Formats: sequence, structure tokens, C-alpha cells
Amino acid sequence: MDFEDSPEEAAFRAEVRKWLDANAKPRTKREITAEDMENGAAGMMAASKAWQKKKAEVGYARITWPKGQGGIGGTPMQSIIFSQEEAKYDVANGGPFAIGLGMCIPTLMTYGSEDAKKRYVWPAVQGDEIWCQLFSEPAGGSDVAGLRTKAEKDGDTWTINGSKIWTTGAQFSDYGILLTRTDPNVPKHKGLTMFYLSMKAPGVEIRPIKQASGGSGFNQIFFTDVKIPDSQRLGAVGQGWTVALTTLMHERLAVGGGAGGGLDVPQLMALARNLELEDGPAIKNAAVREKIADWYVKSAGLKYTTFRTMTALSRGQQPGPEASIAKLVVATKLQDMSAFAMDLEGEAGILQGSDAPMHGMFQGGWLSSPGLRIAGGTDEIMRNIIAERVLGLPQDVRVDKDVPFNKLPASR
Amino acid sequence: MNFDFSDDQKELKAQVSKFLTEKCTTKNVRKLYDGKDRYDAVLWKEIAQMGWLGTAIPEEFGGLGLGYLELCVIAEELGRALAPVPFNSTAYLFAEGVLLAGSEDQKKKYLPKVAAGEIIGTFARAEGPGAVLPKNIRVSFKGGKLSGKKVAVVDGMDADCAIVLARAGDDAGERGLQLCLVDLKQSGVKREECETLDPSRPYANLTFDNASAETLGKVGEGWSNTQRIYDRAAVLTAFEQVGGADVCLQMAKGYALERYAFGRPIASYQAIKHKLADMYCLNELARSNAYYGGWALSTNAHELPLAAAAARVAATQAFDYASKENTQTHGGIGFTWEMDCHFYYKRSKQLGLVLGPQRAWKERLVAELETSNA
Repeated sequence: MDFEDSPEEAAFRAEVRKWLDANAKPRTKREITAEDMENGAAGMMAASKAWQKKKAEVGYARITWPKGQGGIGGTPMQSIIFSQEEAKYDVANGGPFAIGLGMCIPTLMTYGSEDAKKRYVWPAVQGDEIWCQLFSEPAGGSDVAGLRTKAEKDGDTWTINGSKIWTTGAQFSDYGILLTRTDPNVPKHKGLTMFYLSMKAPGVEIRPIKQASGGSGFNQIFFTDVKIPDSQRLGAVGQGWTVALTTLMHERLAVGGGAGGGLDVPQLMALARNLELEDGPAIKNAAVREKIADWYVKSAGLKYTTFRTMTALSRGQQPGPEASIAKLVVATKLQDMSAFAMDLEGEAGILQGSDAPMHGMFQGGWLSSPGLRIAGGTDEIMRNIIAERVLGLPQDVRVDKDVPFNKLPASR
Repeated sequence: MNFDFSDDQKELKAQVSKFLTEKCTTKNVRKLYDGKDRYDAVLWKEIAQMGWLGTAIPEEFGGLGLGYLELCVIAEELGRALAPVPFNSTAYLFAEGVLLAGSEDQKKKYLPKVAAGEIIGTFARAEGPGAVLPKNIRVSFKGGKLSGKKVAVVDGMDADCAIVLARAGDDAGERGLQLCLVDLKQSGVKREECETLDPSRPYANLTFDNASAETLGKVGEGWSNTQRIYDRAAVLTAFEQVGGADVCLQMAKGYALERYAFGRPIASYQAIKHKLADMYCLNELARSNAYYGGWALSTNAHELPLAAAAARVAATQAFDYASKENTQTHGGIGFTWEMDCHFYYKRSKQLGLVLGPQRAWKERLVAELETSNA
């Protein structure tokens, strides 16, 4: 047991470092601000695109993909090694391409025509075109298959009406993959069909959603008589759910990382060192120390769980299901730890931004944590996933399973 | 990245598991709950014959000299089986104490006997309820004689030898502390059997009245040596706790799938599913922390105190949650003597307290974090 690279991995790491040294500057340490947590990479679009292009040229954009498609036909472990090294450099490696390349383009590669692949894959890989995923709707978040956006066929053209929501990055996306209802007379999973479309098509309206945290990372999209040619269909009519599962499977293949905005035990300890409580310095308070220990074992546990997953990949094995705990644990920890830190700050805990202690990083964490507990699968859905897919417990009773979609009771 | 056990270690784990599945079911535990024996002497003998006690003891001292990761996988299986034997006290506390603080002669004298299963050893630290602190250690060691009382000594009735934390000098703090090695089969040692929550892991109070003892390490090093020994034992015990917690999850799952209420298996209700999902999360966090502890122990890394404390805290939390919620998942039947649930509930508490409580380990963890950040 060790944390060392295999000789092949070490060689690859050296190769990557050499390339990064030639193409980027090492990252200098910088404090996390509340704005960082709110905006992520959205503010650095031009830099992100330029960096993506550089990586695509040498096959570091999608390392596991074939040569000539942005990859080098590498292993998942090589992909992780690249990310580890890239994180040490001052580059715009944030997320505008993650959804497109992680989910949409793999779906297109599985179900799209040869012409479509030729047209769309490379521009997406090198960052010229950004994709978003249009699944969730106002009437159904966790219950994605209960979606209502209609696609109606007339000749070779489909007409789309409806609305999608919680779409990350739609405001700067060029294309999207869209899950629609094409037959309301059959049970909900059977009446779905997948398409891709231009986000600039007539009838597509993108409105940013102002979040409770004040930022706007998500959007609601309205479709009014949007026309899509049948050639932009992915998979057969009525097979949309199967196609969507491919998309979501690609999402889960991504190794769970350290979401949480960089707020963790070291920041809490830094705060506690500089605060005075009723009985002396906060860092000496037994209740504070006990909480620090609680969150430390969670953070360390997640870190070493990731190491276990990486070990499986490094050995060429299928990772176990343990990575599925990450989001559930991280989101709750962020919320609890931020709230605790604000409590330590006392009456000043309500202040935000530069008026708050430590530039408001805990207020930022606290504000964003409800979103993290919901986005990409709520805590409750994550627990269902662990219970059903990892532990093999039965699915919930599905009262809507055999009922035609248009006969289902729905929220008002 | 190579953060997992090797194929050989996994093979060893499978062998240990196979052996214990045959030789140590919860029937062995139940026998101790319902009878007068304090440990399973037949199983103990067989375990000794397998050589497990000498797993991490070097060959020159009669052990197998395999290593600590091998001992970790054995520990997990022993924890899974609730093995009612003095393995923890003998192999983790006593043998580790001799290895860490003993002279060459002491290693030669005691370790081969441990490895062969000829002696049972333990460690006596606490002198009363509450925190164990240097200033509270009153058992005295003067002129080769030990006097005073130690309480709640695990396997204290059956141990042949014990390591005892005692005060050897006039200094009332840490600098006066000394580890001693004492033969418990002498007239100067009085043992009183204690009533405990978990009858499959017996305890005794030990009173020393001018009992002959030898020094183990130097005066002034007693406290730091104790901490180092307990760090090592904490990692190994964490594997036992992880094993126990995993069984609780499997038991709860098995029962929830079989038990029907309101026309469907209770495993189909989210109240149960989410409980078991939470159990899984805690168990995986504990397992990963234990692996890191195992790495630190096997490489004698300077991170060991932090890794041990994290492994200890995470494993205690996981086994605590898993054992109580396993009982809860079983409903009324889970609270009966006939069901096995209470064995795990009680063992989780025994293991959670035997090396000191979670609170003390959390304090140690944060103290280590403060040092490493300084």
C-alpha cells in the first residue's frame, strides 16, 4: 500500500508536467472568495476556450478519447493525473465544457449520425462550441421522466413547446440535448424522445434564474414552436429514456471530487484561531474541537475514498461503488460547517463579503450549500441511489409505472 | 496510486474469513453470554495455531514477520466475527508495547510466547472513571515493586502478563511515569472480575500489593510510549470496528428485505432505505480512514498519530451508528436476547471505549492537526 505512481504513471506525469511548464504558469496561492464560489468559471470564458483549444491540439482535452478526437486513447488514471497536475497551474480549467464533453457529446457519439459526429465533436472538444443538457423541468426535478415538454411531428420536422429548468451554462451554450415527450398516451418512460438543437434557434428563450444565493448559474429555457429536423433525433422515437440513461451513466463515470468550494477544516481552524469565545480562544474550546474532528474524519474519509477509486482505475479494475457517497457527504458537511462557523462569528456572522470575517467564505459556503444539496440529485435521491444501486434494496413503489402519462395526477 | 490491499493480503483475508465463518459464529459469542466462560479457549488455541498472533511480530522473535497490513485484514475479520478471544489485548496492546518499548531480552522472552499463543497479555491504564491523564496515575513503581489499583482492565482475569502505566519518580506529572511489565500470576496481584455490558469481552480490576515488576522502557517515557502503543492499537481496532459495522449493515439489509409490513418489504420504504444509505456512507468513510491508518502503521509514517485518531473516531462513529440502527431496523425482535443484534450493539460500545472514548481521540486528532499546521 502506497500513494506512488506506477512507473508508467510516473512517466506520464513527467510528460504532462513538461507540457504544462511549457504552456502555463504555476498557480499562486490565493484565498477563496464568496464570488469564486458563486461564479465558478463563468467569468473566464475567453480564457477557458483558449486553454481548451491548446489541450485539444495535443490530446489532453479528453485523454481517454481516441487520438484525433481530443484524446490520446489514454486510461482513466491518466486523465486523473492530468487533472492533478493541471490544478497546480494558473489556467482556466473550470467547467464550461464539463457537461458538454462529459455527457452531451458522449451521447451524440453513441446515437448520432456519422455526419453529426463529424460536425459537432471536434468543435466541442476544442472549446469552440459549448453544450448544455436540457432534462429537468419545472414540474419534475427528481422525477425527470415525468417531463412535459412536447415534441410533435409534422413530416420531417418536429415542433417543440414547453420549458426546461436548472440548465447549467445555457446562457453561453451553442447547442443542447433535449429530452421531450412525444407520446403522452403511454406510461411516462415509454413516450420520450431525445434530440439535439441549436440554442440560438428561433423560439428558444433563455432566462437566467436568480438563485437564493444571489448568483445566476442556472437558467430556465422556454421553447415556443421551435422547429427541429428529424435528422437531429438521437435514438428511436420513444427510446428517449434509454438514451437519457446513457447520458446520465457518463455523468456517473466521472470520479467524484472535492466539491465544496475549497472550504474545509483548515479554514475553520484558521477562523477558530482568531476568535475569542466566552471561555477563551475558540480553538481551545472543547465543543469547537469536537466539531473540527467530526468534519476532519469526513474530509479525510472522502479523500481516501477517492484514492481507493483511483487505485482501482490504476490497477485497470472497475472501481467499487464507494465514490457514490461523495456528493451527499460533501454538501451536508459544507452546510453544517459553514453554519457552525457563522455561529462562532457571533453577531457579525450575518455580515457578508468583505465585511464578514475571512472575506465571507463561510457565508458564501452557507449560501451555496442548499443548492449543492439539490443540484445533480437531491440528498434524498442520492440516498435512494445508494440504497437501490449499491445496496440492492427495492425501488420505491411506482404508482405511475403502468399508467398512461396523460392520466397521471400532477402538481397544480 | 496503490491505496488498497495487495492480492496476497486479500487472499489472506479470504482465508481468515473462511476459517472464522466455520469456527466462530455468533453461537460462540452466545455461549459466553449464557455461560460462565470468559473467552472461547478452543477458538483461541486454533487462532494461535494459525499463527495470527505473530502476524506482525518479526521472525527473530518467533513471529511470522508478515507485517501490519496483514494484521489489519485479520483484525477486520475478527471484528466481523465478534471473535470472543483476547486477541486485541494480547496482539495489539501487549505485543506492540513490548515491541515498541521493550529491551532485546524482553522481546526475546515475551514475543515468542505471544506468537505461539502461550501467554495472554494486556495493558492496564485507567485508575477510575473520567479521562486518563498523567496527573491521575497513582499506581506506584518503586524498587522493582508495583502497588496500587488499576480498573477496567480488558482480559484482566485471564492475562498472564500486563503492561502497567505507573508512577516511578517523584514528578507528579508526565515525567514521573514509567511502563512496567508485570507477571499477573503472583501473590502480590489481586484480581476482581468486573460485570460488563459485553460478557464476550471480560474485564477485571487489578490490585497490586508490592508485586514484582520489571521496567519496560525508561522513566519519563511512560506516557508517550502509552500514546504510541495506543495509536497502533487504535488502527488495528478500527479494522475490527469496520468489520463489525459492515456486518450490521448486511444484517439490517437482510432483515429489511425479508420483513414485510403494510404489504411490502420494509426495505422498500425510504425511511429504511435512507437509514441504510447513511450507514453505508459512514462505513465507507470509516473504511477509508482505517486504510490510511493501516498505511501509516505499516510504514511507521510520522502521520501515524493523526491517521490513528481519524481511523479511531470514524470507526467508532460508524460501528456505533450501524449497530444501533441495525437493532432499530429489526424492530421489537431486535431488542430480544435471542436475536444477535445486541451482541453488535454491545461490542460497538466495548470497542469504542476500550482504548479511550471518542471524545479523547477527537482531542488528540485536533491537537495533531494543530501541530501539523504550526
